[in-house]
Amino acid sequence: MTQNILVVAEQAEGTFRKVTFEALSAGLRLAGQMGGEVQAVVMGNDIEAAASELGRYGAEKIWLADDGALSDFTTEAYTDALAQVVTHSQPAVVLMGATTQGKDLAARLSARLNAALGSDVMGLHVDNGQVLATRPMYGGKILADVALVGSPVIVSLRPNTQVITEKQGTGALEKVTVTVSGTGVQVVDKQFESGKVELTEAASVVTGGWGMGGSDYSVVEALAETLGAAVGASRSAVDEGWRSAADQVGQTGKTVSPNLYVACGVSGAIQHLAGMSSSKVIVAINKDPEAPIIAKADYAIVGDLFEVVPALTEEIRKIKG
Amino acid sequence: MEILVLLKQVPSTEALIEVADDGVSIKTEGLRFVINPYDELAVEEALRIREAQGGTVTIVSVGPAKAAEAIRTGLAMGADKGILVNPGDLNCDGLAVAKILAAAIKPLSYDLIIAGHRAVDDDNFQTATAVAELLGIANVSMVIKQELLDGKIRCQCTVEGGTKTVDAPLPALIAAQRGLNKPRFTSMSGIMKAKKKPLETKSLADVGIDIDGLQPLVQVKALRLPEERSGGRIIEGDSVQAKVSELARLLREEAKVI
Repeated sequence: MTQNILVVAEQAEGTFRKVTFEALSAGLRLAGQMGGEVQAVVMGNDIEAAASELGRYGAEKIWLADDGALSDFTTEAYTDALAQVVTHSQPAVVLMGATTQGKDLAARLSARLNAALGSDVMGLHVDNGQVLATRPMYGGKILADVALVGSPVIVSLRPNTQVITEKQGTGALEKVTVTVSGTGVQVVDKQFESGKVELTEAASVVTGGWGMGGSDYSVVEALAETLGAAVGASRSAVDEGWRSAADQVGQTGKTVSPNLYVACGVSGAIQHLAGMSSSKVIVAINKDPEAPIIAKADYAIVGDLFEVVPALTEEIRKIKG
Repeated sequence: MEILVLLKQVPSTEALIEVADDGVSIKTEGLRFVINPYDELAVEEALRIREAQGGTVTIVSVGPAKAAEAIRTGLAMGADKGILVNPGDLNCDGLAVAKILAAAIKPLSYDLIIAGHRAVDDDNFQTATAVAELLGIANVSMVIKQELLDGKIRCQCTVEGGTKTVDAPLPALIAAQRGLNKPRFTSMSGIMKAKKKPLETKSLADVGIDIDGLQPLVQVKALRLPEERSGGRIIEGDSVQAKVSELARLLREEAKVI
């Protein structure tokens, strides 16, 4: 066993997700504390060209598991490949982004290797050789400091929680042959909304709540477009069928940590606050000065969102030129 | 079709959660407990499949004696029977729970297992998928639509920025995401019937699992509340225009986020 950190790189349509660079950067800090190095693993098909980019973020070695059976992500096939890379490279910590696929892969790998899993981790450090993680529970109402016991341990990192640092590593590519048996899951179709900003990765989020009064989100969408933000919705808006469940922010939806969170007509029920209170700056626009969201907001405007939001959009458009 | 539903009892999402005096658990006094909302979707989906093509829906849960309430609610929705494995004093992490569930499931016959994609208390995103791995069957997570085909299940799942559709051979485990269905309410007659439905409580020994393999790999050292946000700054102004101008200025110059 080494003291190395193995970062599982995740690609989306040919480019690495930002959380991959966040994980490499977190890995670098951890490797410094453990006296090991950061390595990366890229799984997929025809991935060699893109992989060397990971060296710019400190990867000393980049393992390539290149196999036709890995061209689409399926949890079983990727678990097969990753477990073999882990056995081969003997890391102390396996790090990946807490994305849809990262969380599932981490879970299956934990059972395969009988290894500790810290899920959706926001902070990570080593104390006396012990990996300690801080992670949210109860949708973010509680933070837990947990010790991850054994070796290797597995960590999925919440997107937008780690500072990215560029540091040139050797970035030596090394192919590793893997046997992928899987359990026969086949991807038959993928549908992506083009240009849609993903909620959990977005630097800014604009959310519409009960105060929207209906499925017309055009004022919220216009502000989001001006900010380059993702559009979110409160649970009540999703329950009403105004927005899809994939847009829901809160304890039974997605947890987000953007730089800027703008809540429009969102009262701030406890389950909603749990999902967004780790945002860096919160703006609330609500006609009720007593709404709980106001007390959590760094900046609040009390007023009709259908007047305030378009005016704010126009103002920001002017600033941005 | 033999369907198993994995179910956990959790505090209601409306509940205010407080840290107990021991610093590593939460105060449970006065908390309202419910079926994990994602598991409720799983129960509903299982019932719809049974209604369409017959079969049995069995709820399997790991938890304290109190968790029987949540299973009864599932039975009142329409499930046929329940199994509760009570681990006693053992403090389980997500993987340990998966091991217990897998041990309880192994002797059962099943075509499909439905679970919630996560429990809203521990938020591990781990147990359902780990159960599939331990049973050596396929898993599909974040399912918002399913269709049973010959020997396989076709699932539409949410992924970042869209959806994907996958086919998994049966038996498989699918994990429910919001959007899959709208769970039914329990009726009075459902609640009455549920009282007579079989609910079996088992110990770890009953499911043939050794406590040594269940020691937690994730050990909680401390629970704490997130830092209180010092918010509440209301931007005043004579007009909407004045307020938004001031807000935009603050966002640019003070918060530096635009």
